[in-house]
Amino acid sequence: MLNWEGRAGAVVLAALILMALLAPWIAPGDPLAITGEPMLRPFASGAHILGTDRLGRDVFAGLLHGTRTTLLVACFSAAAALVVGSIVGTLAGYSGGLADSVLMRITEAFQTVPSFLLALAAISVTGPSVPTLIFAISLGTWTQAARVTRAEVLSLRERDFVAAARTLGMRPLEIAFREVLPNAFGPTVSLAAISVATAILIEAALSFLGFGDPNRVTWGSMIAEGRTVLRAAPYLSIVPGIALVVTVLGVHLLGRGLSRTERLQP
Amino acid sequence: MTETSRALPVLEVNNLARRFGDRGAAGLKDVTFAIAQGETLAIVGASGSGKTTLARLIMRLANPDAGSIQLHGRDITRLHGEPLRRMRSQFQMVFQDALAAFNPRASVRRILEDPLRIHGLAEPKDFDTSIDAVLERVGLGTESKQRLPLELSGGQRQRVAIARAILTKPDLIVLDEPVSALDVSVRAQILNLLFDLQDETGVAYLFISHDLAVVRAFADRMIVMDEGRIVENGTTEGVLTAPQAKATRVLIDAVPRLIR
Repeated sequence: MLNWEGRAGAVVLAALILMALLAPWIAPGDPLAITGEPMLRPFASGAHILGTDRLGRDVFAGLLHGTRTTLLVACFSAAAALVVGSIVGTLAGYSGGLADSVLMRITEAFQTVPSFLLALAAISVTGPSVPTLIFAISLGTWTQAARVTRAEVLSLRERDFVAAARTLGMRPLEIAFREVLPNAFGPTVSLAAISVATAILIEAALSFLGFGDPNRVTWGSMIAEGRTVLRAAPYLSIVPGIALVVTVLGVHLLGRGLSRTERLQP
Repeated sequence: MTETSRALPVLEVNNLARRFGDRGAAGLKDVTFAIAQGETLAIVGASGSGKTTLARLIMRLANPDAGSIQLHGRDITRLHGEPLRRMRSQFQMVFQDALAAFNPRASVRRILEDPLRIHGLAEPKDFDTSIDAVLERVGLGTESKQRLPLELSGGQRQRVAIARAILTKPDLIVLDEPVSALDVSVRAQILNLLFDLQDETGVAYLFISHDLAVVRAFADRMIVMDEGRIVENGTTEGVLTAPQAKATRVLIDAVPRLIR
């Protein structure tokens, strides 16, 4: 079972997923539509619980719909990073020699550029949309998964069950991906949480800089919008900021909980 | 059993040498011996004498620096890739620690399916029939098919390891201390199973051990190794009653009065 950290994280994430799924019913209509007076303070109006921004758009609706974009981009880019990283790490770790050197030099080349700059460069080439955001973010985050998987594979490939698979005549690719990789997943699982959290923050930062998908509300773009009226209406930046902090915290807690649980297994 | 075949030996090792062993194990110098069909040859020696290195070289898990390994007269020393993989059905290995020798996430069914699938020994629809038969042969019920290695006892695990090794009907099985990790009561059962299998199939065993009592009961001939060299080679009875090399006497003296 999960420890209290893991459970707390799971509860937070479950709530967020529920928010994302139910957004069209809780706050129907386009969250970018103007629905009321501009700059209403939170809790001042029953129709706009969290107030409205400087154009009169409902903050609560934006927050709900922003959850969808955030989770979508974060989960898919983390998944893409883990899949690519696991494959590269397994190939490098299991084959060793020249293939290992080449793959790890490529990994290091990617690592030398900060992942945010890499995402920024990629998105300015491809233009902002959800699929290109996912691609751009995973471009900078797959390297960590590759290194972690490689380290794990390096120790696993010396184990007797790999020798046994070789004596059976199993092909190297099958040994690497069917025998070794599934046993190397432990540390990668806890890395998944960090990847999701990183992806959320990169996505928010890109949106903040105006490189997000312009047709979708995101927390990053809401914070950027609020920045122009920071003195008059600080809540416009604070509310999505809190959502961001809570989400990243929840993901981290779940990740810690999972890694503790994984460590109990042999 | 020694007299079953005087024809071409199953395994012939000539002047095998390796400077350094794998993972810090001992090297080998000028190792030469042969095993006939249906024969059990024990390799005995203290830790660091090169037994495990020898097993890994014969199983082609590592490459020798010099010398040759022949299986049924065919040189497998320089064999690589697909030709080597195809040959592997003819020589199999049972590891000392069966738990470490299984993928911890693979069920017994999957463990036993691998050799059948890799060497095309049965149609996929007949896998279960073959697996049930081999499980019964090694004294396990078919209910163990869904188990993971961790859910089996030490003896059961070694039975699964033996089942995996005999599925491809090999001519040679390298047994790397197959009973040294087991309870004394289970030891005899596993050794008897290996005995019976040899009677039925005429498989040759290369039996690596440091337990002279087990070697005496099990092996036709024995080789004593010391610092990577063969220091004694003869019938088990002959070597144990009249040891010539110092290393052999040290090993015999180390046995607490069971053999003496």
